[in-house]
Amino acid sequence: MAFDAEAASARRRWVTSRVIIYGLLIVFSLIYILPLVVVILNSFRDLPEINHNGLIAWPQSFSLDYWYQAWDTYCVGGTCAGVKGNFFNSLTMTIPATIISTALGAMNGYILSKWKFRGSDALFACVMLGVFVPGQLSLMPWSWLLGRIHLSNSVYGLILIHCVQGLSFTTLFCRNFYVNIPDDLVKAARIDGAGFWRIFWKIIVPISPPILIVTVIWQFTGIWNEFLFGVIFTTGNQQPITAALVALGAGGLSVHAYNVSSAAVLIGALPPLLVYFLGGKYFVRGLTQGAIK
Amino acid sequence: MTTQSIAVPGAGHAGPTWPQRLAQATPFLVLAPSVIATLIYVFVFTGWTIYISLSKSAMFPVSALQGIKPYQDLWANARWNIAFHNLFLYSFLYVVGAMVIGLTLAILIDQRVRAESVWRTIFLYPLAVSFVVTGTVWGWLYSPDTGIQMLVRSIGWSNFTFALTTSKDTAIYAIVITGIWQSSGFAMALFLAGLRAVDPDIIKAAQIDGAGPFRTYSRVVLPTIAPIFIAVLVVLLQFAIKTFDLVVALTGGGPGLATTFPANYVYDMMFQRGQIAQGAAAAMMILAALAVVLVPYSIWLVWRRRREARSV
Repeated sequence: MAFDAEAASARRRWVTSRVIIYGLLIVFSLIYILPLVVVILNSFRDLPEINHNGLIAWPQSFSLDYWYQAWDTYCVGGTCAGVKGNFFNSLTMTIPATIISTALGAMNGYILSKWKFRGSDALFACVMLGVFVPGQLSLMPWSWLLGRIHLSNSVYGLILIHCVQGLSFTTLFCRNFYVNIPDDLVKAARIDGAGFWRIFWKIIVPISPPILIVTVIWQFTGIWNEFLFGVIFTTGNQQPITAALVALGAGGLSVHAYNVSSAAVLIGALPPLLVYFLGGKYFVRGLTQGAIK
Repeated sequence: MTTQSIAVPGAGHAGPTWPQRLAQATPFLVLAPSVIATLIYVFVFTGWTIYISLSKSAMFPVSALQGIKPYQDLWANARWNIAFHNLFLYSFLYVVGAMVIGLTLAILIDQRVRAESVWRTIFLYPLAVSFVVTGTVWGWLYSPDTGIQMLVRSIGWSNFTFALTTSKDTAIYAIVITGIWQSSGFAMALFLAGLRAVDPDIIKAAQIDGAGPFRTYSRVVLPTIAPIFIAVLVVLLQFAIKTFDLVVALTGGGPGLATTFPANYVYDMMFQRGQIAQGAAAAMMILAALAVVLVPYSIWLVWRRRREARSV
């Protein structure tokens, strides 16, 4: 009997602790999800309703029109063509910058781990410093340089900046991955007469997908979400979407069209969110690697 | 360490042929553009900004020097002192808040909960979203006419007040809360990775000794992941020092100057107020703040690695 009572109380304790654990997780989850749900719902509600019931309320109306307006007709900083142009600017900037910086990072990482030379470790340490340099420090030099090569107020200027800035990250990621690959693999191939490129394509690239996915996700979300360079080096219809969203917020002081703004904000948030939901596991890996190494 | 040690058949004593030389040089040729670009970015650009911070640059960069006057002006500027004070207050609250919540979430998820990946996905998604988006949306939620205050009042608590962003005294806390919301999932991910690496036998031993869950964590588990605490601290401090977009989107630095941060100050001085030298001086202060965090951290990392190498 005593044993039963003990088991029952242990069971009760277990149930209580489970209730507390899941209760806390649910409360936290609601806080985390709330802003996303609010923007999604408000992108479909009409403005009188929002103004009357507030932003955090269950929708009474539904229309896709605000998405259309945000995309195609809404006025951002003087021009009334929605955020589609800025969205495409962000794509035009992010995709090449991601591909170029990742490709170069992979080759650099390969060289700095498998073709070491005198001073290569010191060189790697210098390259790593680039990870920590704050953007503010390079603003004046970039602005001069972009002016000199006629890439001021241009998406291509931003591509250049993001490639150079991203190189440190991509090199770091890839080098730390390749360092853990046995040197014997490469040595054996070299004795067989394989050269630099052959080893790269036949041995390194085939084992690289995990690190390349991590790097691509890291670069894509980072460059897409970047704001400082976008707002300083581009204006108007050349701006990436992050800069345009701020212009949109600042412009609508009189009557704020929360529904259209919500749709615009979601358009700006969607690509990185998509990448996150599709490649979540790799996203987390990138974060932890970027942080701890 | 050797790059060209393989004897190539057919190479006479006349030395390597041109194709062989090209093959030997390939790694250097491939590496060179990236390394040169990065070294310019890191050293030349930084040196350049140091030079500008000592120059007479105002509306446009000029090469005439004026010494440390921009730094003196900077520290004499009330706006900068507000920005600097804000950075300290924000960093402290943000780092402590994100670490406490991140650790709480990590420990909760570590209790063999169901659907672990769902919880993780929820807590981490803010990190995939730009600060601009986060700041804009939270700005709406803080706004008393549309957001949380309105919600609570509509439920029936008619004199409920929640208007952080409208007052100079409280606007900074709006940024703190939003910053914590954005980053605590990140702290969670790092803590969780640490918790998973703890040897399960240690935990079992503690439980056999009669330690409850609280004691097991506070006395046994958390001390073993102390290095993770330091890593999280350093990364969050870096985020805090670089805070810029969030403030621009959430409060625009206001009301008044209440939420001005050093990074906003740099932007204002360089691109709005035509005080480039002082802006560059402020940028150097951001670098100095980062160095204060990162230099001791790297020294500690090296020291730890050496100690581990010795003890093995």
